[in-house]
Amino acid sequence: MHPAISVIFFTVTSGAGFGAMTVIGLGFPLDGSRLRILILCLAACGLAVAGLIASTFHLGHPERAWRALSQWRSSWLSREGVAAIATLVLFFAYGLIWMTTGTRLAWLGALSATGAVFTVFATSMIYAQLKTVPQWNTGLTPAIYLGFSAATGWLVVAGLGDAEAPAPAGLALVVFAWVLKLAWWRQSARARLSDIGASPETATGLGFRGRVRLLESPHTGDNYLTREMVHRIGRKHAGTLRRLALLLGCVLPLGLLAAIVVLDAPSAFMLGPAGVMMAGLFLERWLFFAEAEHTVSLYYGHR
Amino acid sequence: MTSLPLSTDKRLGLAIDLDTCVGCHACAVSCKEWNSGGSGTPLADVGAYGAAPSGAWLNRVHTFEITPPVGAAEIVHFPKSCLHCDDAPCVTVCPTGASYKRGEDGIVLVDEALCIGCGLCAWACPYGAREMDPVEKVMKKCTLCVDRIYNQTIPEIDRVPACVRACPTGARHFGDFADPDSSVSKLSAARGGLALMPDLGTGPVNRYLPPRDTRRTQTATVDPPPPAETSATGFLGWLDAALERLG
Repeated sequence: MHPAISVIFFTVTSGAGFGAMTVIGLGFPLDGSRLRILILCLAACGLAVAGLIASTFHLGHPERAWRALSQWRSSWLSREGVAAIATLVLFFAYGLIWMTTGTRLAWLGALSATGAVFTVFATSMIYAQLKTVPQWNTGLTPAIYLGFSAATGWLVVAGLGDAEAPAPAGLALVVFAWVLKLAWWRQSARARLSDIGASPETATGLGFRGRVRLLESPHTGDNYLTREMVHRIGRKHAGTLRRLALLLGCVLPLGLLAAIVVLDAPSAFMLGPAGVMMAGLFLERWLFFAEAEHTVSLYYGHR
Repeated sequence: MTSLPLSTDKRLGLAIDLDTCVGCHACAVSCKEWNSGGSGTPLADVGAYGAAPSGAWLNRVHTFEITPPVGAAEIVHFPKSCLHCDDAPCVTVCPTGASYKRGEDGIVLVDEALCIGCGLCAWACPYGAREMDPVEKVMKKCTLCVDRIYNQTIPEIDRVPACVRACPTGARHFGDFADPDSSVSKLSAARGGLALMPDLGTGPVNRYLPPRDTRRTQTATVDPPPPAETSATGFLGWLDAALERLG
């Protein structure tokens, strides 16, 4: 599948933003001067909104994006939009009340955290629902989106917070997210089109007559389908990119977190692992798209 | 509304005969022609006369080579367009309501004025039936020529999809698959019409009629006996002898 930069930026950044809302909403320890609360809430909402705005860049008609809020009964993309806006409103109210009155309404925090988790879940279901891409069509897809969202969100909040961050919790979240991702990679290696028995023979239904091979494409040039769904660039370097994603997304953040704990460094240093991990996740997300095989490729000579 | 109708009164679709298709692309060209002048925005091309022409097509003819375990390979031309699925995944994923399936005849359509061009429907379609228009930036797909088949202002013979009307070998048949007595239903039953990738649960309406088994006659003609030596006469005979002398 074509790895659109806007969609990669959206899923990683919004994931971190909604993850931060979840962490704050669930009562992450913060002493809370007004300025600190403002910075935290702005960071969480800013990441989420920046991602959402980026996601409109890949639309043919961004000016009609509001229409995407209408079909929540059937469409995960629509549900995501509705949930994102509802969560932002809830979290904005939570932050405003906290800043003006100094009280953290636990129930409102829990409600916005639930909304944030559902938003990330809806994002992941846009991909996980597609039977046309067997590597995505698994319950592990929502699991990795939620895992990475929680881990990056936690690191952002810990970095911007003023209280001593419980670093072991951060370590555990990063490790847990990557355990899920390794399981996803294992699963995806067994869910390629050839693994599930999909081939030009099954795609054309003509396997009963013999081995089917594409002799001639419909047109000599490429087309929307081949550019969007028969994308193969980068698969050659998939191994290297995976190692790089693991290094930036997992090993370095864990090392930095451990160093912060050992050296008893100020919590602001947590922003280091947060940034490095998100850089790693850009690579991870790029591979999520670039390595995915779509059934339409079977009509274009892929086997 | 992008929820699917529970059932449709008719199930209009195509039966495509892979035995008679000669791969001339007339269906694809006539589709392009009709849908560039029809009710929607034109089906655009970019750089049509340039170095890398590209454009949206609603029907594309693939050509496959099938190699049986024994005997010679055969060539099958495979026109591919929207299958107007009963359980169309492209419809339910649409966030705006632009994609819909009609309850009266089962045709899957896009309301171009509502489409935001997110492309998710194209990802959800296993067959590659939807293509983004490179100029209008909205999703395009086969309409089963909804602006022809009910059109009272054109001669009755033309009230079929443009691809069906154009096919010079009669390889494309249009009709109602919900009616077991329709010509397409009978044809599909008689020829063992294939549904594409039925295991994905899309419930495609269109059927592909597989090539008839002509392998027995094929194997008989695969290795024709070498032509018998005949001696040329007249001018050719002289030429033959002259060339022989030249060595």
